[in-house]
Amino acid sequence: MNKTQNKSKIMQWIDARFPASKVFREHLSEYYAPKNFNFWYYFGSIALVLLVLQIITGVLLAMNYKPDAESAFASIEYIMRDVWGGWFIRYMHSTGASFFFIVVYLHMFRGLLYGSYRSPRELLWIFGMVIYVAMMMTAFFGYLLPWGQMSYWGAQVIVNLFDTIPLIGPALSEWIRGDYVISDITLNRFYALHYLVPFLLAGLVFLHIVSLHKVGSNNPDGIEIKKGKKGNKWDPRAPADGIPFHPYYTVKDTFGIAVFLLVFFAVVFFAPEMGGYFIEQPNFEPANPLKTPEHIAPVWYFTPYYAILRAVPSFAGTQVWGVLAMFASLAVFFFLPWLDRSPARSMRYKAWPCRAALGLFTLSFLVLGYLGTLPPTPGRTFAAQFFTLVYFAYFLLMPYYSKQGRVKTPPDRVTG
Amino acid sequence: MKKPSDSQVDGKRRRLLTAATTGMGLAGTAGMLVPFAGSMTPSARARAAGAPVEVDISGIAPGKQITVEWRGKPVWIIGRSEDSLAALDSLDRLLADPASKAGQQPDYARNPHRSIRRDVLVLVGICTHLGCSPKFRPEFADAKEGAFLCACHGSRFDLAGRVYRNVPAPTNLVVPPHRYLSENVLVIGEDGEAA
Repeated sequence: MNKTQNKSKIMQWIDARFPASKVFREHLSEYYAPKNFNFWYYFGSIALVLLVLQIITGVLLAMNYKPDAESAFASIEYIMRDVWGGWFIRYMHSTGASFFFIVVYLHMFRGLLYGSYRSPRELLWIFGMVIYVAMMMTAFFGYLLPWGQMSYWGAQVIVNLFDTIPLIGPALSEWIRGDYVISDITLNRFYALHYLVPFLLAGLVFLHIVSLHKVGSNNPDGIEIKKGKKGNKWDPRAPADGIPFHPYYTVKDTFGIAVFLLVFFAVVFFAPEMGGYFIEQPNFEPANPLKTPEHIAPVWYFTPYYAILRAVPSFAGTQVWGVLAMFASLAVFFFLPWLDRSPARSMRYKAWPCRAALGLFTLSFLVLGYLGTLPPTPGRTFAAQFFTLVYFAYFLLMPYYSKQGRVKTPPDRVTG
Repeated sequence: MKKPSDSQVDGKRRRLLTAATTGMGLAGTAGMLVPFAGSMTPSARARAAGAPVEVDISGIAPGKQITVEWRGKPVWIIGRSEDSLAALDSLDRLLADPASKAGQQPDYARNPHRSIRRDVLVLVGICTHLGCSPKFRPEFADAKEGAFLCACHGSRFDLAGRVYRNVPAPTNLVVPPHRYLSENVLVIGEDGEAA
């Protein structure tokens, strides 16, 4: 069929200069995704919507915000009180940050559930993990900007982590701050970085999608539709179990986004602080370098890692071990594609040890997240140590336990 | 210009030239990182703001705390009585580093009372765990509970800023460089001969 037949003059003019129709066909109308995507497949597109929303609200906030230790806190109050709709823009941005993490955690859980990190999707997974790290950096830089007590002391604690590195530590943390303490200089540069990293993030999302479209989506059955039967009602060479992304999944994702936005805006309007979890109470007080808040806890999305940091005791005169454990807890995710040795890809067909391990890992992540929000007591520290071991066991023992037990045979064609 | 045929190309020389050119290019690019990274180190103004601070300590008395800011950090000047100093010796077995072996103080403060003058203690008021500022509790000055408690993660320190065992903080509180200009004028941030 001659593809130029039905095209308008304008489209023909554009296509001769830019592959617009080709990109639309290859990535939307003739991109065949497995037809059995379920609830868990909403979160990728929702994360993309949140990235766009964060960038738009962030740019609007930047028009009224002042990255200066003298006026930063007051400029936030100015946005909240005097800027038309400023409170709305700011609450969308602060709630958006927390929801971005909720959605990405669900998106990552989907990957763990259906083995979406397995060969040939290793790079797709690694790009995803780099996106996650970039998100954490953006969130960390952004949290300093309101210049509240928790902004200040949270940044103090995190930057001091680098102080514990032998030899280069003190010089490194001085370089990050640009001063001997968190100061106006630090605020200024964190603002610059907070503005920069989201654009790198957008570039990483592009790479994530390019590698996704190269290998094709996984699905809840964890089988390759490209290797199965050929021929669907649109194309005799396309996978029989594939349907065009547009209009089928664009419509499905639009519905998911609409439902998500209902929940999101309910929080923006009625519980933007979320009881101190999305915006911590000490942050309503301006930063005071000479007075530490009674209890310092990072925002909820960092607390599992914070709990791991605190769980490791200091020995040999240094507490670098906790810092190493914290970074290791993030780094192990990158190796996941090579740790999973199960013959099946999806939890639907994996043997019981894999299912039990994922359950325990999810539990340990949630418990560590909860413990990280609380002040430590000996009992809680012990619990954090126990669940830190469970957390690492999920990854480090995976090459062993993923080969145990009886695997169910995955079907040839996707199931409902 | 006549193009050399394939047989005339000296592959070895070409590879050497390519490697040398790439190497020089990388060295130049790496050199560019110096001003980029260097611009992020503390500026002249930040360094000047970190200059030494003079404090009048004529008002100090046992149990009293003066807090001054040096390099943006709280520095405490704590008055101590002879009684509470005597009690310090009995705490040794509760402490992680009673003899101040770790380099958390200038040499002139590496003594049981960790100070130049016995009755005046100078400390950076930042917990050695994760940088919170502990609270001074004079009522516990000679007891096992610890004269300084960090509310963040529960670290405790005695009246010489020495850390207790089994708390998150790994080391004693830092004694900043300091010297006495006269009996009642203290300079923080500058070393000098022990008074």
